[in-house]
Amino acid sequence: MSATDLKTTPLHALHLELGGRMVPFAGYSMPVQFPAGLIAEHRQTREAAGLFDVSHMGQLRLEGPDAAAAFETLVPVDVIGLGVDKQRYGLLLTDEGTIVDDLMMVNRGDHLFVIVNGACKDGDLALIQQRIGSRCKVVPMFDRGLLALQGPKAVDAVKRLVPGVEQLVFMTGGAFTWEGSDLYITRSGYTGEDGFEISVAADRAEAFARALLDQPEVKPIGLGARNSLRLEAGLCLYGNDIDTTTTPVEAALNWAMQKVRRTGGARAGGFPGADKVLAQLDGTQPVARKRVGLIALERVPVREHTELQDADGRKVGEVTSGLLGPTIDKPVAMAYVDVAHAAPGTRLNAIVRGKAVPMEIAPMPFVPQRYHRG
Amino acid sequence: MTVKYTQEHEWIDLQGGVATVGITLHAQDALGDVVFVDLPEVGRTYAKGEVAGVVESVKAAADVYMPLDGEVTEVNEALRADPSLANSDPMKAGWFFKVKPANASQLDGLMDETAYTEFSKNN
Repeated sequence: MSATDLKTTPLHALHLELGGRMVPFAGYSMPVQFPAGLIAEHRQTREAAGLFDVSHMGQLRLEGPDAAAAFETLVPVDVIGLGVDKQRYGLLLTDEGTIVDDLMMVNRGDHLFVIVNGACKDGDLALIQQRIGSRCKVVPMFDRGLLALQGPKAVDAVKRLVPGVEQLVFMTGGAFTWEGSDLYITRSGYTGEDGFEISVAADRAEAFARALLDQPEVKPIGLGARNSLRLEAGLCLYGNDIDTTTTPVEAALNWAMQKVRRTGGARAGGFPGADKVLAQLDGTQPVARKRVGLIALERVPVREHTELQDADGRKVGEVTSGLLGPTIDKPVAMAYVDVAHAAPGTRLNAIVRGKAVPMEIAPMPFVPQRYHRG
Repeated sequence: MTVKYTQEHEWIDLQGGVATVGITLHAQDALGDVVFVDLPEVGRTYAKGEVAGVVESVKAAADVYMPLDGEVTEVNEALRADPSLANSDPMKAGWFFKVKPANASQLDGLMDETAYTEFSKNN
């Protein structure tokens, strides 16, 4: 794909002005880093506040009285029971119970507001239209802006512009206005830090981003630091750590599937691949492999697709994401390993350029989460 | 002797029969923050084009190639301890290794600074 085929977000001109190094990502030209560099941007987000452009992600609305019930037929998640302005993580599944995409949803009272990954959004839209388009109105809003402000000082910056946001707690949202423009803000993000995701009309996105960047706590952050932050936080990247070859239980996303949808629950099953997913969840069909976190015992970054071996040199897994975590200052990774080797403390060898790098299975997140739960 | 440059973005400075090798300013800028270097074995003889080391940033890993046949006489232990020297001072304190060339004329085909500056604009 040539650079001219790439789409741009409403913040494209601002990225260029700020010296962003632009790369192709999910069909868009996106900043991988700004002049401060990945490590400085990572620290900025952990210590103050970082502004991310996530407008490439897909925003859509599911409208109509049947929307929540209809959406429940696509995800192994309690949608009907989600309170107004409450947010929840969800998974679109194939009929084989593998993961088409992961997403965030909010019950906005008269509709369901859903955010999906940029690289998957066209496929997700087609799938949702085809499966439940007769039960609710599916409205893509792919041209809207989406900003994420993340970090312990994010709240100080946003509340100066949008008073009242400080009252939100983690995984809740609310409608606000800024200089006459409607915003929808959730207290959530993908860095492990407190923070906000802000949906804004495309033609107001740059002005709002500039207003945020004018706050002393805030600096622009690229995709590189977004990746290192999310990995330290133990969060999956769709396409690396989860995809259509992995099931939610293999991916250790059991927490995302509420009791009401599980075996014995009031609305058990009824989503694609339910037979397989529920059998894996209730243990009648245990999984053979599982997603785990690993910390290297030597200072050698261990990248995706690196083979993991046991002490006898047998392959027992493969890394799906890995880098030197700037906060923890050690190489960290996510991998799928045979369940026999998945317990924390298990020693494995990662084969990096032919040499064995010792690693240990470690609980995630690698850095403590600092969500604002009120 | 002037500093020479490879198409793989290494620089070579031959002084008194020993060539010092590192990565260029352009290379470190493209890689971003360097967090790890793997250096060649001192005393081992390498052929031109062999992978002699690895430089890793948070986001990517890149091979460092041996620019000429020869024996590695020294590696930069300071760089191993503080890989960020490759970013902050790539042409001096951030050097990678020293080689005793088997055939110094192999350097003749490499780019000088003017040619490399032009090359790196497009690569």
